Amino acid sequence: MKKFTKLTSAVVPLNIENIDTDQIIPARFLKATTREGFGENLFRDWRYNGDNTPKPEFVMNNPTYSGQILVAGKNFGCGSSREHAAWAIQDAGFDAVISSFFADIFKGNALNNGLLPIQVSDAFLAQIFKAVDNNPKSALEVDLEKQTVTIVETGAQESFEINPYKKSCLINGYDDIDFILNQKQLIEEFEQAR
Amino acid sequence: MSKTLVEKIWDAHVVKSEEGFPDILYIDTHLIHEVTSPQAFDGLRKRGLPVFRPKQTVATADHNVPTLNQLLPIKEELSRYQVDMLTKNCAEFGIELYGLGHPFQGIVHVIGPELGITLPGKTMVCGDSHTSTHGAFGAIAFGIGTSQVEQVFATQCLLQSKPKTMKIEVNGELGKGVGAKDIILYIIAKISAAGGTGYFIEYAGSAIESLSMEARMTICNMSIEMGARGGLIAPDQTTFDYIKGREFAPAGEEWDKALAYWKTLYSDADAKFDSVLTFNAADIAPMITYGTNPGMGMGIQEHIPATTAQPETEKVSYKKALDYMGFDDDSSLIGKPVDYVFIGSCTNSRIEDLREVASFVKDKRKADNVTVWIVPGSKQVEQQAKNEGLDKIFEAAGFQLREPGCSACLGMNEDKIPAGKYCVSTSNRNFEGRQGQNARTLLASPLTAAAAAVTGKITDVREMLEKVEG
Ligand code: SF4
Repeated sequence: MKKFTKLTSAVVPLNIENIDTDQIIPARFLKATTREGFGENLFRDWRYNGDNTPKPEFVMNNPTYSGQILVAGKNFGCGSSREHAAWAIQDAGFDAVISSFFADIFKGNALNNGLLPIQVSDAFLAQIFKAVDNNPKSALEVDLEKQTVTIVETGAQESFEINPYKKSCLINGYDDIDFILNQKQLIEEFEQAR
Repeated sequence: MSKTLVEKIWDAHVVKSEEGFPDILYIDTHLIHEVTSPQAFDGLRKRGLPVFRPKQTVATADHNVPTLNQLLPIKEELSRYQVDMLTKNCAEFGIELYGLGHPFQGIVHVIGPELGITLPGKTMVCGDSHTSTHGAFGAIAFGIGTSQVEQVFATQCLLQSKPKTMKIEVNGELGKGVGAKDIILYIIAKISAAGGTGYFIEYAGSAIESLSMEARMTICNMSIEMGARGGLIAPDQTTFDYIKGREFAPAGEEWDKALAYWKTLYSDADAKFDSVLTFNAADIAPMITYGTNPGMGMGIQEHIPATTAQPETEKVSYKKALDYMGFDDDSSLIGKPVDYVFIGSCTNSRIEDLREVASFVKDKRKADNVTVWIVPGSKQVEQQAKNEGLDKIFEAAGFQLREPGCSACLGMNEDKIPAGKYCVSTSNRNFEGRQGQNARTLLASPLTAAAAAVTGKITDVREMLEKVEG
């Protein structure tokens, strides 16, 4: 799994609430049997017209905005369990997603792939959107070790929560399977004791 | 110490619990389908691992499958490839597959219960968010991502932190024309599409206890639509009666042993929930959604709430949703013409749903402006419907009874709602483009959907029921 420690980057702002996994990656693109290539179809129907021409008003088609951090409105990633949503975001070049609320399964999927979901307060989220409104190149600094996110321009900072186990997985680049496999004997004992 | 039902089942499945780490939770049954499993099988191959407990894994093909001429090769190349991959992977890793052509094939959340695989007290997972359906039997059942599918393949366990618990009580009697789907749409409208996030929900109260197993599944199915990790209902006589005699249900001595255990599965009287909500069944009307998340629902006679009435931060998203649907602030949906009616999905495609629709449309005909698809949840449901002659009733009404699969619930196969068209759907998600690019979905109960099919427009089904009786 990809490691994550520190990141300073401009952001792509998507100030919409309840962005569901069908918007992140529509079902018709779930037919691939590998993990790669989903980035092309990230936010497909917001990003492209029916004839595959880009919609100029969508933020990802606006060259003013770029960066490895996606910032979105409340309740990001609700809907289906499709891990393809996390893969698509990562495949499109993002390493972190910031929102004031994440759906459970999405959050777990992101963490399992080294994509860092950062939950900030509504107020801090509004500050980020405002900073980017004022200056589209406005950067954020994410420090996983310290669990902080900082708006570089203003110095405004907030700390975020992350499960300590998941944090060490991200920093070290190992995953749950590695962790459980090392305890297989316990599992067999559990089965026998039932 | 007193425990909630979730805690009882959880604690019985903890392999290891260590401070600072998620629990290692043992999974009794793993259900898989073609869409979320291929990358997990690939992962196993890369690690050189077998499936640890293949006998505890059951597979079916449902998301991509056509619902007409299922025995012909799948036309769409990518869908065919994905279904073929599942067949190949199951053979390689020794997993039982109820694929196309098998009499047990169907939507993963419909076949588990009807085969007696879903049982009280179990832990069950599937790479599918509506796995919460199985909670209707008093099981801990929840959806997982593909990395976790691989984890369960490799270890029959998951790393999970214990969820918070919420109790939702619904008491009293439901009005005429109001069913389980209306209950759950009502609850979601009340607490929002994120109102259950982080919780495992136990549904209780007299209105829930009086429901059939099919209806309980409809309720638990949509737990995820309020963000909950899962939903469950304590097993009772209704549950035991449903399970007894099913294909893989315990029998003989095993049954007695199981039953004795199942009877211990309830929340202790003084168990503590992290949150408790109470609703009155009599307040619930037939529900319909007007927006693009399942929380945007209302009683069918109500008016769409105005954008100005929304919290400041939500106005833009709210307006965007109404624009997508082509609806105005403060308008009523009654009388609004519809183009499609879809009766199906793991929410409402069981035999009881089909029976209810059939008994309503008997001697009626669909309106000319509507296309009606009835997609049974499984081969067994389809067969049962035919045995009972429901197919004849549907045919006479101009409703098309198709073959089982997810179908227009998510439009991964050819069953898509065209752009701009309105579909009254018994499925669980009204997200933008869910049923086809730019399709507009109105979620409702099977009865409300059937009423729309017959009148060609959004209709309060209660008025039609009264007419019949009067
Ligand atoms: S019927 Fe719909 S919600 Fe249910 S499993 Fe299939 S796609 Fe998912």
